[in-house]
Amino acid sequence: MSKVYDYLDERLSISELKKFAGKKTVPLHKYSFWYYWGGISLLCFLIQLVTGILLIIYYKPGPDAYNSVRSLTYDVDFGWLIRSAHSWSATIFLVSVFVHMFSVYFMKAYRKPREFGWWSGMALLILGLLFGFSGYLLPMDQLSFVATKVGLAIPENIPLVGHTIANLMRGGLEVSEITVQRFFAWHAVVLPLLYLPLLMFHLFLVQKHGNAIPPSEEDVPMEKRKSIPFFPNFILKDLAMWLVTLNAIALVASLFPPDLGKVTDPLGPAPAGVHPEWYFMSSFETLKLIGKVIPGMLGEAAGITIFTLGLVLWCLVPFFDTSSPKGRNGRYATYFGIFCLGVLLVTTLLGYVAG
Amino acid sequence: MASVGDESCQTYSGASERMSEEIMAVSPEDPGENEISRLNFIKVAVGGMCLAYAAAVGYPIYRYLNSPVQREAALSAVKDVTLAGADKLEKGAVLLFKFGPYPSMLIHHKDDSWVAFDAVCTHLGCTVQYHPEQDKIVCACHGGVYDSHTGANVSGPPPKPLTRFQIKVANGAVTVTRA
Repeated sequence: MSKVYDYLDERLSISELKKFAGKKTVPLHKYSFWYYWGGISLLCFLIQLVTGILLIIYYKPGPDAYNSVRSLTYDVDFGWLIRSAHSWSATIFLVSVFVHMFSVYFMKAYRKPREFGWWSGMALLILGLLFGFSGYLLPMDQLSFVATKVGLAIPENIPLVGHTIANLMRGGLEVSEITVQRFFAWHAVVLPLLYLPLLMFHLFLVQKHGNAIPPSEEDVPMEKRKSIPFFPNFILKDLAMWLVTLNAIALVASLFPPDLGKVTDPLGPAPAGVHPEWYFMSSFETLKLIGKVIPGMLGEAAGITIFTLGLVLWCLVPFFDTSSPKGRNGRYATYFGIFCLGVLLVTTLLGYVAG
Repeated sequence: MASVGDESCQTYSGASERMSEEIMAVSPEDPGENEISRLNFIKVAVGGMCLAYAAAVGYPIYRYLNSPVQREAALSAVKDVTLAGADKLEKGAVLLFKFGPYPSMLIHHKDDSWVAFDAVCTHLGCTVQYHPEQDKIVCACHGGVYDSHTGANVSGPPPKPLTRFQIKVANGAVTVTRA
């Protein structure tokens, strides 16, 4: 064993890496729990990578999409489980990404010098949502068909270029098997190619700047601050969280596998109570609410403008909150965060209650 | 993690009884020994857990990947295949058909005899072809040659003859049966 280790060490400097990892520390305080959520998102992403590759083995994009998912779910051994794990890890991925984002926001971890961590994280979130949107169509059942039609109405509303963008995404004037083929290319090739280097950059920044401490901890004098070594202490705790997550995914994936609806009927009317996945529920409901106040396409445009402005403001928070921990701007940023979180939660809940 | 499991396997080879014997054998006056067995216990437990997780994740993935193999294996278990209309095959002609998942050939010889073989070359698995003008079965991949009446490997690299099937020619169909 030690001979193998020595062989590798001489060539790969493992002991230097270990020494380096042992010197790194992770702050320990009452908000330390929130440090794990980035790691949980990472595990969920890795599970999706593995289960996604497994699904590609049987999935056929294009006209055979529905039948291939049907046979994968009902004929292939454990196909239902792989599909369910893919779908559930996507859900848990987005939950943990949202928790990670809000905890970073409220701990003000976006402040100098971590701005690029914040921006790359936001880009990863947007890519994550696009993963969700493009993956949702792939089974090509009635619900995913309708959801994609509705979802593509959003880029359709972008002034001047909206039509062209939506048509290029669809590969036609209507959602069809050409759309599935395109969405599959996005979902399985383009998005991963964009996501992986960005993720590497994000992780590199985390390792470069270390974990940020929240403003409340900044008041604690240096000598009184506590920390634990990154290796092995934090890594082991992180792995324990991974185990909890893995168990949770295994449990929900086995107990609640996703169903496959009826095959897409391009002439069928939209089913009653149709709604998007939970992570698009807030924007769906907000558009509906705005549509009640400002009817017609103007309402749609107003809604999309509000989302875009909100997102831009959210991304630019490192610029307007540059203050000391207890400064006025810092407080405004916190209020803005609470407001956004509130709007997201309330509109999501409303979407489910009203729908 | 794997190295922990490996080490513990060398120490204990996974026998829990031996472990409990050792724990019981430790006298209270000997705390040092006790420490070691506790450490070993943790190593075995963690290693075992890792193995259990690897199996719980690996087994469904194996079954998932193996699913089509299993289906084909079920297909290859068929004992006979009926080729409708094959009795009309002209003399000196060949008919390729699938017996289960494998390509097979039916030859109607000029002397009116019928013969059927597994059409997979016994050398490296290429599909063989019948050359009526030479009355030989030939594999184009590496130049293997088989006798078209018996299936015997005549020349080239094939190590074994082609598997021969039994045939029943009836009115309207030919039935090929695996021995």
